[in-house]
Amino acid sequence: MAEAADLLKTPLFDLHVELGAKMVPFAGYDMPVQFPLGVMKEHLFTRESAGLFDVSHMGQAWLVGPDHATTAAALETLVPSNMKELKPGKQRYTVLLNDNGCIIDDLMVSRPLASEDDGRLMLVVNAACKDNDYKIIAAALPENVKLEIVEDRALIAIQGPKAAEVMALHAPEAAEMGFMEARPLEFDGISVIASRSGYTGEDGYEISIPAGAAEAVAKALLADERVESIGLGARDSLRLEAGLCLYGHDIDENTTPVEGNITFCMQKRRKEAGDFPGGERVLKQLAEGTENLRVGLLLEGRAPAREGAEIRVPGTEEIIGRVTSGGYGPTLGAPVAMGYVPSNLAEIGTELELVVRGRALPAKVAEMPFVAQRYYRKPK
Amino acid sequence: MSTYFTKDHEWLKVEGDVVTVGITEFAQSQLGDVVFVELPENGKTVDQDDEVAVVESVKAASEVYAPLDGEIVEGNELLVDEPAKVNEDPEGAAWFFKMKLGNAAQLEALMSEADYKAFVETL
Repeated sequence: MAEAADLLKTPLFDLHVELGAKMVPFAGYDMPVQFPLGVMKEHLFTRESAGLFDVSHMGQAWLVGPDHATTAAALETLVPSNMKELKPGKQRYTVLLNDNGCIIDDLMVSRPLASEDDGRLMLVVNAACKDNDYKIIAAALPENVKLEIVEDRALIAIQGPKAAEVMALHAPEAAEMGFMEARPLEFDGISVIASRSGYTGEDGYEISIPAGAAEAVAKALLADERVESIGLGARDSLRLEAGLCLYGHDIDENTTPVEGNITFCMQKRRKEAGDFPGGERVLKQLAEGTENLRVGLLLEGRAPAREGAEIRVPGTEEIIGRVTSGGYGPTLGAPVAMGYVPSNLAEIGTELELVVRGRALPAKVAEMPFVAQRYYRKPK
Repeated sequence: MSTYFTKDHEWLKVEGDVVTVGITEFAQSQLGDVVFVELPENGKTVDQDDEVAVVESVKAASEVYAPLDGEIVEGNELLVDEPAKVNEDPEGAAWFFKMKLGNAAQLEALMSEADYKAFVETL
């Protein structure tokens, strides 16, 4: 484990310490795992009201080319999603693929709203993957498209059913945004870039802020009693209940988007053409299915099955898969897990066993998300 | 009745040859919200430092060790239904199990309350 002195600090480090956070090393950063409320209450508070998350450790970068078609085409050589069709002010979830069609990282891409920003795409990538991602992206770009790594901005998320009403007090135009839309906003006079998205299954925003103004924005949001600071512990249990993948655990360089059950990130044109790394393999999997598939798992009892727990068919000893994420779901009030199983055992309701401390616990393949997502869709 | 503590943050109350075992206030504060407790089977013979029970928070699972040799005589069923009691009253109602003392000499190596407090200060 890295010494505290070697760890990077986000622009909100001092605020976390002031608020009594328990700090832990995460992806090279000294990050808050929990605040005095504790993981359980932080989780429940986010689902009832609004939670504020520091996600400044994640990588922010721009792809900059002469026009949208050129920049989007450059990114499409690395990802299986439609980027050319991405409209101004829209955001999309995608994955960087290697030549086996396996996932190097998952990321959010947004196209700026303003016409003078045509040719720019904003990327948000995982903290632990960012250096490798940037290397791979930079190496694949044509002469006229550049990768600009953003080092001087913080990223925070406000998530929960009351996130929108609190945001609107500081940035009224935020209320007009729909799920997966992105735009610049003036937050109490501070220029920020917001997207209406997140990693909890709730409505909310992710806000990119100049580092020097991050604490002012965070404090303004936290001054509202509807908002509490939330650590990485609850961030993990929230995303698990929402059925969202954690890179390096639920998807990685050995899983394709088909095996990972995230083919929603691939649009029709790309699924037909297969014009992306590992395209041939991914197309074959789309047509014929895969050996294994990521599924949701609900346990019968109260004991959580954690990452690494073996999955078996009741009455047999053979290990058919493993849990990739698992724990207690505070909103569900029960343990939840996800893992990989053979595709013929991936049907909802299939009875399986998860082995915890040598004991086989009954479980069933279950629909994800475990807790209904509550994203904000704009009225048509 | 005498009370002892271990470096694994467990407390023991000895009454005759029956020992009640639980985790300390410090242990519960480190664990955070407890969501699941697995108790040992009654009648099980255990050796000192055997893993006999499990306590899980939202974050992770931790073992509870047998502080002494002996035989498990009772698990606290309250914790199965209400694991959060471990956070509320770790050194009272949320005891984990009772065991029959197998080797009284082992008590001598355990800590007193004052020693345990001093030990926690060093952490």
